[in-house]
Amino acid sequence: MGELALVLFWPALVGYGEAAVAYAGEVVRPGTLGRYAIWGVRLGWLAQTALLIAQAAHAAGFPWSSWGGSLNLFVWMSVGVYLIWGCRPPYRLLGLAVMPPAAVLLALAWASGGVESDHRSDFGSVFLAFHVGLVIAAFAAFALAAAMAALYVWQDRRLKRHARGVLRTRLPGLSALDRLIARTIAVALPALTLGIGVGLARLGSEDASLDPIIVVTLVTWVVYAAFLFARYELGWRGRRSAYLALAGFLLVVVIRIGLVPVDHF
Amino acid sequence: MRVVLVGTSHHRAPVALRERMHFQLQEVSEITGRLAGPSGEAVALSTCNRTELYVADTDPEAAVERAYAELLLLSDLSETELAPVLYTVSDEPAALHLFRVAAGLDSLVPGEGQILGQVRLAFEHAREAGATGPILNRLFRQALRAGKRVRTETAIAENPASVSSAAAELASRVFGELEGCRILVIGAGKISELAAVNLISRGVDTVLVANRTIERAEPLARRFGGRAIAFDAVEDELGRSDIVISSTSAPGFVLTAAQVQRALRARKGRPIFFIDIAVPRDLDPAINQLEGCYLYDIDDLRDVVEESLADRRREAVRAEGIVTEEAVRFQEWQQELDVVPAIASLRQHAEEIRAAELARVAGRLDGLSPRERRVVEALTAQIVNKLLHTPTVRMKEAAGAANGLAYAEAVRHLFGLDDGTQGTR
Repeated sequence: MGELALVLFWPALVGYGEAAVAYAGEVVRPGTLGRYAIWGVRLGWLAQTALLIAQAAHAAGFPWSSWGGSLNLFVWMSVGVYLIWGCRPPYRLLGLAVMPPAAVLLALAWASGGVESDHRSDFGSVFLAFHVGLVIAAFAAFALAAAMAALYVWQDRRLKRHARGVLRTRLPGLSALDRLIARTIAVALPALTLGIGVGLARLGSEDASLDPIIVVTLVTWVVYAAFLFARYELGWRGRRSAYLALAGFLLVVVIRIGLVPVDHF
Repeated sequence: MRVVLVGTSHHRAPVALRERMHFQLQEVSEITGRLAGPSGEAVALSTCNRTELYVADTDPEAAVERAYAELLLLSDLSETELAPVLYTVSDEPAALHLFRVAAGLDSLVPGEGQILGQVRLAFEHAREAGATGPILNRLFRQALRAGKRVRTETAIAENPASVSSAAAELASRVFGELEGCRILVIGAGKISELAAVNLISRGVDTVLVANRTIERAEPLARRFGGRAIAFDAVEDELGRSDIVISSTSAPGFVLTAAQVQRALRARKGRPIFFIDIAVPRDLDPAINQLEGCYLYDIDDLRDVVEESLADRRREAVRAEGIVTEEAVRFQEWQQELDVVPAIASLRQHAEEIRAAELARVAGRLDGLSPRERRVVEALTAQIVNKLLHTPTVRMKEAAGAANGLAYAEAVRHLFGLDDGTQGTR
């Protein structure tokens, strides 16, 4: 697996890295590098998909329950979710917020052994697939929502300040971004709820105790639930809503990066 | 055949002269018919910024004379009055000029898009009138291609070039698609009307017009298919409006931040885009500080336009490269025309000799089987092709180096091809 993992990992990383650089170039000079960026994303994602398939084929059980493995899965899902929107020209610049972290996190996943398939867990594969799969899918969607929220805040500030080049960068309208953030979170929260539910059921059956990851994940759920409540019941929109989406994602970052020492499985 | 262009544009002639040379599309058939003459081709282009007559003819001087006569007839001016504002260009520079025109590089606003459609219409009308032929068909098709390439391969036409289109573009940065948006126009000024027209062309579907005297608001509202409202109702309507355009002559603010703040409650976080085109300003600048409110006054919009024009000028440098490339391509094609008839005559001559020689020895080939006959046919054809390959290639190369005519004449002389066939140029 070692060599095969490397053969597939490097094209994925190079594709994501190329996309990150090309998106930065697209901001500086719109209309030139955007199309190369999207090809970097596509080819990188295909290579990573092949990597995940190879991992699954070689592994005895669910191969992404380790920290590095789940990071690998998280990057793949985040880029996959981005590709749904990223292929459309108005949303291409979202890649500026998605691809640089994706490249860094994939490198981190590799450094922490997340592209191998020899991780062993005491938990059953079906439980891990549901629990890890659902939670990571929700986190990936939250990452995309945060990327959109960051673009919203940036574009809002530029429009308010009548910034130079405000028309030069091709971004979706603020209202469109605002709607997409809310829709993405509305789809992701049920996935997180199910993922947490599966985890808590297992926790109850084994009479185990809460760990910091579980606690922060529950707080994250509360923040995103508050986001949806504030939007649909209190009419929160725009900048406030975007800040709340960013705050929620900060907790996701804490779970994924800040709580590395916690042995969750 | 030589290509000749005679015309004038905003660079040379003031509007008072340009309007005298202007003609309608319905007149194109008649004009191009006269311009083309007995054996030529012609296309006539007339826009608000230019009148240009393109003629392809074997006698370029006669073509220029016909074009001058046509412009004198159109303008009803004397030659001494008209000549200083006209330019006459021929061949490659004429092609390059047309390509620059089609790409919007010769327009008042670099990258202006309307001209490409106008060039297409002029060409289509001339073609329908039967006034074009191989030269101008090729020239105008390539001009349209150059125009399209410039628009797709550069960002020259991407950003707005007027205050009204800048306002519409900024609104789309707030709302994305403008379909379903409501505009509130305060005051019935000309620029606000233009901005409203621009927004409506992008899908805005409800227009409210408010004016101190409602009678003045009604005609404008009717033109937009909207509704006129009393000035007092502005604050009530604000909560339901997405885009507000204001251009009254009021001495103070027509809308204050406090009024907008009250209206925002009804909008439940939905943004409002304010365009203040009035001097003195109608809208309190503090409105821009409110969450979800974006206010652009006339200076802000002018800055956006200036910046956009600077971008267009930068892109124009790239666009010049594209049109030059297309002009070179046209030049190469045109030069090849010099040698094509000579090559065709040479090949025909060789084929006639081959066929005659085969016929001469036909009796001696009677004993050959059909398969062997085919081999002899193929062999002789191959010998002819191999012999003519190098001269053909060399003549085409010579055409590219601009001495194709001399080579063509030499070939005609050496092989005795004086059959009266002349080049198309």
